Amino acid sequence: MDLKDLYRDVIIDHNRSPRNFGRLEPADAHAEGVNPLCGDRLDVYVALEGERLRDVRFEGKGCAISVAAASLMTEALKGRTRADAQRYFEEVHSLLTLPGFAPSFDLGKLAALSGVREFPARVKCASLCWHTLNAALAHQRQPVSTE
Amino acid sequence: MSTPARQTRAAPVAFDVERVRADFPILARQINGRTLAYLDNAASAQRPRAVIEAEARYYEQMHANVHRGVHTLSQEATAAFEAVRERVRGFIDAASTREVIFTRGTTESINLVAQSYARPRLEPGDEILISWLEHHSNIVPWQLVCEQTGAQLKVAPIDERGEIRFDQFERLLSARTRLVALAHVSNSLGTIVPVEQFIAAAHARGVPVLLDGAQAVPHIPVDVRALDADFYAFSAHKMYGPTGVGVLYGRESLLEAMPPWQGGGDMILSVRFEKTTFNALPHKFEAGTPNIAGVVGFGAAIDYLQGLGLERVAACEHELLEYATARLAAIPGLRLIGTARRKSALVSFVLEGVHPHDLGTILDAEGIAIRTGHHCAMPVMEFYGVPATARASLAFYNTRAEIDRLAAGIQHAREVFG
Repeated sequence: MDLKDLYRDVIIDHNRSPRNFGRLEPADAHAEGVNPLCGDRLDVYVALEGERLRDVRFEGKGCAISVAAASLMTEALKGRTRADAQRYFEEVHSLLTLPGFAPSFDLGKLAALSGVREFPARVKCASLCWHTLNAALAHQRQPVSTE
Repeated sequence: MSTPARQTRAAPVAFDVERVRADFPILARQINGRTLAYLDNAASAQRPRAVIEAEARYYEQMHANVHRGVHTLSQEATAAFEAVRERVRGFIDAASTREVIFTRGTTESINLVAQSYARPRLEPGDEILISWLEHHSNIVPWQLVCEQTGAQLKVAPIDERGEIRFDQFERLLSARTRLVALAHVSNSLGTIVPVEQFIAAAHARGVPVLLDGAQAVPHIPVDVRALDADFYAFSAHKMYGPTGVGVLYGRESLLEAMPPWQGGGDMILSVRFEKTTFNALPHKFEAGTPNIAGVVGFGAAIDYLQGLGLERVAACEHELLEYATARLAAIPGLRLIGTARRKSALVSFVLEGVHPHDLGTILDAEGIAIRTGHHCAMPVMEFYGVPATARASLAFYNTRAEIDRLAAGIQHAREVFG
């Protein structure tokens, strides 16, 4: 177990200066994600253009892993399709949980999250944003919560 | 404002911490290549060998069900089990073993009082008064019973130090207050509540008081009669005993008048389909086969603590607290959360620029175990405007060297995120 593997430079950087941080109004899809056990909380907003995620933003409070993971997610998905988002979700999920998992396509900076799997207690930090995005996309036709 | 602290006596003879540590096999464990520094005692303390061996010996030589058989083993098991009830009685100075009920833990003890004492008495508009300091286990059982009865939950606020505001508490004690439920020691901040004062105010209005003593009993001498508590709940696992065992102390007259909570074996005298007669105290509240081995181990934990002496434990831990507080307060960017005038040996804090979970992971990599999160006290976190804190909670077997390692680890975390 090596801390440097968890807190890679790209994670530290995205925690310190999260990309696409802040509310998106109006949003076509929005969901709030909470890790009740640790109190991490974030909102994911998506602006859609047909099948494409024109903009993805997030806002919230949490540990470095949860903030960096959300920042990396928004960067990776901006401009991609819903189908892409699903592929990324599955790939990142495997990356976070399966020992020795080799991604089937280039995940770019998201690959920096592979160190998380050595820290089982932290996997939920890295996956919170992805589950929140899924929830947002699944419920996009419902009115956006005003919380 | 607060009641005077227990008279400071001549400093008790300090014990040899290395000898004490040798009693706890787990403290020799290596975690990530370093000797474990266990600073999460408020979540659950560790067990001395005497407790582990008492449980093993019970299973190897004595196990049978209690209160049931005429055979030798059952009688021995019953004797061992009931002997611990007497040890608990002595430990907290209850008037009688009829007032000592074994439960699964503090949470179950509080739920028992909520469902068996409060629920049948509460009318719509009645009130239960708690404080802002409470652990979720001293909030949620009352919310449930309020929902069931139409009663209301009132919450006495705390101040910046993390002390319950007595003036506000008194104001909230109303003609409709039916029960007061307070932490004796706060699990998230370490505040030692001057409960005598709160109990006196409640009793002046005829309101009984339940104390959540989970964080008090392992660290300070507790005398339920001197406190004049009506109910007192605590857990074995926070006082170096097994998990899954706890105690509800209750004033006999109150327990006598309460209906059973759970039904089953052991809590009855006779069962006929038309009418069941319930067993006498304390068995009326102990349905089903209890955690016999756990209770036997609990007895060994009490013996161990009494062997050390609670006064000595408290003095030793207070010294560690002062050292830890000074050491951590000197770290730039570190904010202590909870600075009550009387505190148990627990330091809650946040570190600028480093989330508590990241700190927890970095410390763990160095073999240091602390708790990070909301400590099952989300209202306390909300009060201080933080989503979570890091908490180092100390026991008599901790050392200054471990606190030094903690301080160095925090510095390291600052560098990682610097």
